[in-house]
Amino acid sequence: MPGPIQSLERAAAILRLLAGGERRLGLSDVASTLGLAKGTAHGILRTLQQEGFVEQDPASGRYQLGAELLRLGNSYLDVHELRARALVWTDDLARSSGESVYLGVLHQHGVLIVHHVFRPDDSRQVLEVGAMHPLHSSALGKVLAAYDPVAHSEALEAERTAFTDRTVTDAGEFEKVLQLTRARGWGSDLEETWEGVASVAAPVHDRRRMPVGAVGVTGAVERVCLDGEIRPGLVAAVRDAARAVSRDLGATRF
Amino acid sequence: MSETTTDTRSSGPFIAAIDQGTTSSRCIVFDRDGRIVSVDQKEHEQIFPRPGWVEHDAAEIWDNVQEVVSGALDKAGITAEDIKALGITNQRETTLLWEKATGRPVHNAIVWQDTRTDALCRELGRNVGQDRFRRETGLPLASYFAGPKIRWLLDNVEGLRERAERGEILFGTMDSWVIWNLTGGPDGGVHVTDVTNASRTLLMNLHTLQWDERILHSMDIPAAVLPEIRSSAEVYGTAGGKLAGVPVASALGDQQAALFGQTCFSEGEAKSTYGTGTFLLMNTGERAVNSYHGLITTVGYRIGDDKPVYALEGSIAVTGSLVQWMRDQMGLIKSAAEIETLASSVQDNGGAYFVPAFSGLFAPYWRSDARGVIAGLTRYVTRAHIARAVLEATAWQTREIVDAMQKDSQVELTALKVDGGMTSNNLLMQTISDVIDAPVVRPMVAETTCLGAAYAAGLAVGFWPDTDALRANWRRAAEWTPRMDAAVRDREYKNWLKAVERTMGWIEEEQ
Repeated sequence: MPGPIQSLERAAAILRLLAGGERRLGLSDVASTLGLAKGTAHGILRTLQQEGFVEQDPASGRYQLGAELLRLGNSYLDVHELRARALVWTDDLARSSGESVYLGVLHQHGVLIVHHVFRPDDSRQVLEVGAMHPLHSSALGKVLAAYDPVAHSEALEAERTAFTDRTVTDAGEFEKVLQLTRARGWGSDLEETWEGVASVAAPVHDRRRMPVGAVGVTGAVERVCLDGEIRPGLVAAVRDAARAVSRDLGATRF
Repeated sequence: MSETTTDTRSSGPFIAAIDQGTTSSRCIVFDRDGRIVSVDQKEHEQIFPRPGWVEHDAAEIWDNVQEVVSGALDKAGITAEDIKALGITNQRETTLLWEKATGRPVHNAIVWQDTRTDALCRELGRNVGQDRFRRETGLPLASYFAGPKIRWLLDNVEGLRERAERGEILFGTMDSWVIWNLTGGPDGGVHVTDVTNASRTLLMNLHTLQWDERILHSMDIPAAVLPEIRSSAEVYGTAGGKLAGVPVASALGDQQAALFGQTCFSEGEAKSTYGTGTFLLMNTGERAVNSYHGLITTVGYRIGDDKPVYALEGSIAVTGSLVQWMRDQMGLIKSAAEIETLASSVQDNGGAYFVPAFSGLFAPYWRSDARGVIAGLTRYVTRAHIARAVLEATAWQTREIVDAMQKDSQVELTALKVDGGMTSNNLLMQTISDVIDAPVVRPMVAETTCLGAAYAAGLAVGFWPDTDALRANWRRAAEWTPRMDAAVRDREYKNWLKAVERTMGWIEEEQ
C-alpha cells in the first residue's frame, strides 16, 4: 500500500492552520509556521484557491478559508426537505397528467423513491415511498445517471439486468441513451423496466445547479405514449414541474 | 383516461375565495375542477400590547384583503366578470367592534389566542364553572370565544356601551368585517355572519341557530351590535370595487371550511389539519352531539335552507410548533423537514415519550396545571429517539381525540383525511395511521381551507350542482395504512398515557 501523499498532508495542515487562531494569514506566516518553502506553500495555496477552499483578500494579500469549504459541510440536501418543497408541484403534475408521480434520489446504486403521488382516479393504490427503482432502466434512474457523475459511474459499473426485451444493457448503447437524455433534458422508459408501463422524468437541481433528484410520471403505455413515443404534452408538464421544484430549491432560471 | 392529459391550463369561469387568517390574508382563484389557478397572499402585523394579549389592526386587514384579491385576479389574468362567486373563510373568534356610520374600528381586533378575558370567563361561570353555557352553545367558557371579548371591549373602551346600546356600533368576527366592507361598508354594507362563525361566540344557541337572549343577558351584551345569522352558503350581497358585481356567497370558519374542502359530507367523516397546532373535526350529521370527553360541539356548515350539519371538534395546542421548538430552542435540527431524517435513523423511540404540555393539556384533559415532560430517559436514548418521540407525540394526541370522538358520537372513524404543512412528513403520517389503526388519506389539493369556501360559494350560485359534484373533484394523493402490531400499539399507548399522567399537577397555584 502506498504511503500518504505529502502534498495532501500539507494542504490539510494549511487548512487547519487557517481554521484556527488568526483568521487571515500571509504567505510567509503560513510557510514559516508549517516549515515549508515559500514556493511550496504558494503552490498549495493557489491550488486550494482554485478549488474555492481558500480565498485571498485582494487588499492585504492574506489568505482565509473559502466559501466552498462551508458548502461542503452543508451540501447534503435532506430528502425530506426535497419532498416538502416538491409537494405542491408534484400534486399539480399528477392532477394535470392524470398519472402517478414519483420523486427519486440516488441511493445505494439505485433510485430511492422519496415521494409518490397517486394517480388521480379512485383506484386502490399503495404508497411506494421507500421503494427502489433501477438506475439503468427507469426514467428517474436514467436522468440521475445522465446528470449526476456518481450515479453515472454506479450505473456503468453495476450489472444492468434485462427486465424486458427492451432494456438497454450494453454499455455503449447505455451511454448513447444518457447522451440523448442530456441533449433533450429529459429521460424516458418505454417498457424497459416493467411490461406495459412507460415513464418520463426530468432532473431537479439545487441552488448550486447540482442534480439532487429527478421527478417523473409513470403510467400505462397506452395512456402515456402516442405512436410509440411519450406524449409531448406530458414531457412539457414533467419538465415544468422539475423546473418549479428546482426554483423552489433556489436554482436560477435556465 | 380523457384526452385532457396534456392540458395544464384552465379556462373560466372561476370561483374566488378569501382566507382571512391569523397571520395573513390570501385570495385563491379556483377552476371548476377545484384546481388552483392563482394565489396571492399578504401578512399583517401581530400586535402584542401586553403578555398574553394579541391584537390585529382591522383596517390593515381590510386593505390587505383588497390587495390580495386584486393580486390573485391579475396573476390569473382575469377580471371580476370571470368570477362567478366569492367565498370567505376566516380565523375564528377574533373579535371586532366598529362604527356603523364610518366603518372605523373602535379598537384593534382581539385575536382568538388573546387571554385577557380569562378572569372574566371565570367570573361569568359563577358557581357553575366553565360549563355554564355548554348545553346551549356546545362550548366551555374559555377566553378564545368571541362573547367575552365583546364584553371586555364594552367594559373597557370609554363610552362604547352607551353607543352600542344606541345602535351605533357593530360587532363581527372577521367574516362579518370582510363581508360588510365588500358589500359597501358604511354605504349599505350587509351585516351578517354564518352559523359556523356564530357558533364560536358563546352567544348562539346551537339548536335554534339564533342568538340566545338569556346568555346575552347574562353576559350583558346588547343585541343591537350583533349581525344577522345566515347559512354558510347563500348570496349575502354583491361586492363592489375590484370585484364589482360578484356575489358574496359563502362564509365558513377556517376549520369548518377545511372540513368542507375535504368533502367530509357524511356522518363519521373527519379531517385533521396539521399545522402549528392541530384541529380535528368530525361530521356528526344532523345531531349536535354533547361531549362528555372534553371536545367542543360546533356547527360544521349549513347550505342555504338545508338542515345544519354539526361537528365535534378537538384541538391539539402543540404539534408543528414542537418541531419548531426542536429546531429553534434546542438546535437539534436545522430545518423542520430534518426531524423526519433524524427520527428515521432509529427504529423506535428507545423508551422515550415527549408530552408537550407547554401551556397545559388541552382536549380531552383540559388541565391548565400540566407542563411538558420527557419521560423514560436512560443512557441509551439519543437525540434521534427524542425526534421520534416528538413525532409520536402528535400521533398519540391525535389518537386521544379520535378516541374521545368515537366515545361521544358512537360513530367509528373509517379514515382520517389530513391536510396542512406536516402532511409532507411521511413518517408522521404513517405513525398516525399506526396508532389510530385506520387509514390516513391526503387529498391532492393542499389548500383545503380556501377550497371549502370556494365550494360553498360555488354551490350557492349553482356553479356546482350539489355536494356529489364536489366529492367527484376530490382526489387521493396518498394513503397510509396501519402496519403496527396490535400488541405494540397497546403497549405504546399505555406508556404514552403514563407519560401524560406525569405532566399533571406541576403548577401548584392553579385552582
